Amino acid sequence: MRRTRAVAVVLALICALAVLSGGALAQAQQVIVLTSFPRELFEAYKAAFERANPGWTMVVVSKPTTAGITQIRERAGRPDVDVFWASAVDAFVYLKENNLLERYTPPAELRRGIPERVAGFPINDPDGYFVGFAVSGYGIMWNTAYLERRRLPEPKEWEDLLQPVYFGHLIMSTPSRSGTTHLTVETILQGYGWNRGWQLLVQMAGNMGALTERSFGVPEAVIAGQYGIGIVIDFFGLSAIASGQPVRFVYPRVTSLVPANVGIVRGAPNPEGARRFVNYLLSDDGQRLLFRPEIGRLPVRASLYAQAPRGFPNPFRMSPGVRFDADLSAARYQLVTRLFDQVVTFRHAELRRAWEAIYAAERAVEEARRQGRDVAEAERLLRQARASARLVPVSEATAMEIAQQVDRDAAYRAAKEREWEALARQSYGRALQLATEAAQAARGR
Amino acid sequence: MASPAVASPPAVPARRSLRWRYDPAQLALYAVLLGAVSLLVVLPMASVLRGAFVDASGFTVAHVARFFYTPLYLESLRNSLVVGAAATLVSSVLAVPPAFLLARYRFPGQTLLLTWLTVPLVIPPFVGAIGLNQTLGRAGVLTLLLEDHLGVSFVAAEGLRGVVLAHALHYFPFVLLTVTAALANLDPSLEEAAKVAGARGVRLLRRVTLPLVAPAYAAGAILVFVRATDDLGTPLILNVKNMLGPQAYFRITTIARDDPDGYAISVVMLALALAAVWAATRLGRRREVATLATGGRRPGQSLRGPGAWVLLAFSAVVGFLGLLPHLGVLLLSVSRVWSLTYLPTGYTLDHYAEILFRAPQFVQNTLLYSATAAVLAVALALGIAYLQHRGRVPAPGLVDFAATAPIAVPGVVLGIGFLRVFDRWALPWVGAPLTALWVVFPLLYVARRLPYAVRATSAAMAQVHPALEEAAAVCGARRWRTFRRVTFPLLLGGVVAAGVLVFVTAAVEFSATVLLINRVEQSPLSYGIYLYAQSPRGRGAAAALGTVAVLLVAVGTYVANRIGGKRPALAL
Repeated sequence: MRRTRAVAVVLALICALAVLSGGALAQAQQVIVLTSFPRELFEAYKAAFERANPGWTMVVVSKPTTAGITQIRERAGRPDVDVFWASAVDAFVYLKENNLLERYTPPAELRRGIPERVAGFPINDPDGYFVGFAVSGYGIMWNTAYLERRRLPEPKEWEDLLQPVYFGHLIMSTPSRSGTTHLTVETILQGYGWNRGWQLLVQMAGNMGALTERSFGVPEAVIAGQYGIGIVIDFFGLSAIASGQPVRFVYPRVTSLVPANVGIVRGAPNPEGARRFVNYLLSDDGQRLLFRPEIGRLPVRASLYAQAPRGFPNPFRMSPGVRFDADLSAARYQLVTRLFDQVVTFRHAELRRAWEAIYAAERAVEEARRQGRDVAEAERLLRQARASARLVPVSEATAMEIAQQVDRDAAYRAAKEREWEALARQSYGRALQLATEAAQAARGR
Repeated sequence: MASPAVASPPAVPARRSLRWRYDPAQLALYAVLLGAVSLLVVLPMASVLRGAFVDASGFTVAHVARFFYTPLYLESLRNSLVVGAAATLVSSVLAVPPAFLLARYRFPGQTLLLTWLTVPLVIPPFVGAIGLNQTLGRAGVLTLLLEDHLGVSFVAAEGLRGVVLAHALHYFPFVLLTVTAALANLDPSLEEAAKVAGARGVRLLRRVTLPLVAPAYAAGAILVFVRATDDLGTPLILNVKNMLGPQAYFRITTIARDDPDGYAISVVMLALALAAVWAATRLGRRREVATLATGGRRPGQSLRGPGAWVLLAFSAVVGFLGLLPHLGVLLLSVSRVWSLTYLPTGYTLDHYAEILFRAPQFVQNTLLYSATAAVLAVALALGIAYLQHRGRVPAPGLVDFAATAPIAVPGVVLGIGFLRVFDRWALPWVGAPLTALWVVFPLLYVARRLPYAVRATSAAMAQVHPALEEAAAVCGARRWRTFRRVTFPLLLGGVVAAGVLVFVTAAVEFSATVLLINRVEQSPLSYGIYLYAQSPRGRGAAAALGTVAVLLVAVGTYVANRIGGKRPALAL
């Protein structure tokens, strides 16, 4: 008797749990959206989408782009999300090429007013696997109070960020964790060419005070005044300005305009919801939502810019310096992100120390020259130090050769990672040593 | 433990054991408990070990070996150890002088000082990190004041130093409480004897007092070390990547769910934590027996002499430092614009509107998950305590061991284990894996916090004399009725306190939660804080959620202490 009652209690508990948890899933009309966008954006769309589609629920899964790709790849065949919604166009190319996206062409009336291309870049995937819903450029954002306090000049171009005055005042995210940062890195690599691009990136990273885990960390640190200048996607700058923060934003000449996209995951559990969501993004209401100050993104429907808030950039009137090659970017995605991690992200401390020593040596040389001393030897050492501190670990030819194997073969990738790391450690260490010697030579020991 | 004076009547069990060696009802309970603990604790851990040591070609140590020749991982290991050691050292430096003051002197406002100094325990380190950023970070109030008025540019809360500070400021009250208790319980006759023998001052301290307090201190200090070494949330908030927790998290979430390196890192973390807990238990046992029964407490001295005043001043500084994270979080939660100024330049209550009305699900989820976890954990703990004290089952220590082992398991590792075990197969009826359901969070918290529940419940059970139950049995009550009407009411205080403790610690769990989180609508408060902390304008809302977390922990700890006696409850 008492035993049966105890058993009954336990059973009832289990049933209650099962019913409760089952209830959470038993929503017929829903769409599950995997996105890397910030809360402000996805919350606004969730509310608007649910208003426009009564009876439908939008479920959000918030992940960095790279983690999102991993999730979709690992669940190929039984995906648990319907839609992938993110900035990084090469992430979509990667998914498409790995057969993880479903083809979908939105109805014609939703495609009207959306040009074929923006700044030479196709807005929609020519094969119909994903569509662009907004345009983004990449640039530099800074805190005006911070620059005033430290008496720093306002930057305009990427090269400006290499100046010694900015040492320790810059901040960016890492391409392996943030899709938009990866696009920025690729834009620089494509705009300046592989070799100059890497030199620029590595030296710029030497000036960075910090590398954040997600792209959101950058605007936040700049807004709070922890760092002066950040490398960001445009809407971080625009939305911060709109909310009254003391910041400014500029597009450098070498930038690219690239669509932010949405695509339906192959085998999506809620295909109808997925289509509704894509359609909503392209509707006039969905497009206009992008103008909201807390969102601050550029719509793809060119005709809407007449209704844009004052001072809002129009991407269809801009001529950016780089025509972005998404196929190239997707083909070397793993290579670029892993390489950046090994030579910059995880070696940041050594890199910073090397550049700090180089700047100190430069000052010592300057001082020696003023005093009329011979600085030839010191300058020679300094040149070597600079070269060593912005070493490009892989040539462009090799990069293209090994990109595919790095992508496919985990063991090979791990071996390469160790190789790059050792190389980076060694050359930054050497740079530090050379710079120290240069400083000593300049001081005439 | 059960008093040996009242032996249970031998006749009844003896006759029964002719038919059954063991009581079938107890055996069933034993089986249920063993099953639950295996599923929640043993299976995930086994799965992590499997991920690290078994691959397509069978058993291998290659992955764990690779850990030791990958410089990045070695650096992470070193950083984690350094953070752990430094956090222990700093919290000890902060805690020991006030502990002496509180244990040795009597002065007005003493209780107030003690309460004030224990306040930092209610702020979880990763929330505290947000507050520290605003006070001691690069654009923090104190950093700016220091620079503007003294010309010193020193950033205290940045990088590894920030992680150390966040942990030290959270855990020093824990060291303080253990050392104060040990000092207060010290037999004064030992010190008096030393004085008679001519030992004074430093010599007395070094040769007599410190060795006597050392075991208690070591146990507390090692716990601080383990927590600081394992943590994930604080490094993530402070943007520190080269530590063991963050590396394991990155490998599993961005490289691949079955990335062997992620499991190798987990194994190293697990080994570290186990070694530390083992050391703590050993140290706790050693030398404690050396003291004889206490000869009464020493009467406190009044504050006299410069030494006492130095101690008091130091304690006040510590109290101030301990409040910095709180102040930072509180101010940030009501700030609209706060950029490179001492105080916010614009104030708003909008962040509270956001988390309470526009996005209330974070708080709601936390309440639901933590309450469910508390009920489940207490139910399991009651069963385990019952078997411990009243049961006759084979290998009774087994369940107890499995249930208290998670105290040494880092949250990240448990989360990875859960992910690996429960994400594999879809549940029948539901058609989705357990990880897609909200129930996974309460279960995770049960696994993680069961040790607290078991200890508290078991301690309460030890105080209920079996004679009371025997009396009920004599009056004709059957076992379930006896338990319901006699044992349970007597246990109630301890059980509620245990439940509240589980509730509070589950409410601020981050390390394991972040690995299992998928849908935003299912996120609890701790992940909400992380989410807001990463939206470009959202740190204010993160701070508002942090304030709610602090309030939850504060109220919970107070309630648990009121009900469960004076034992300090350790949050997180």
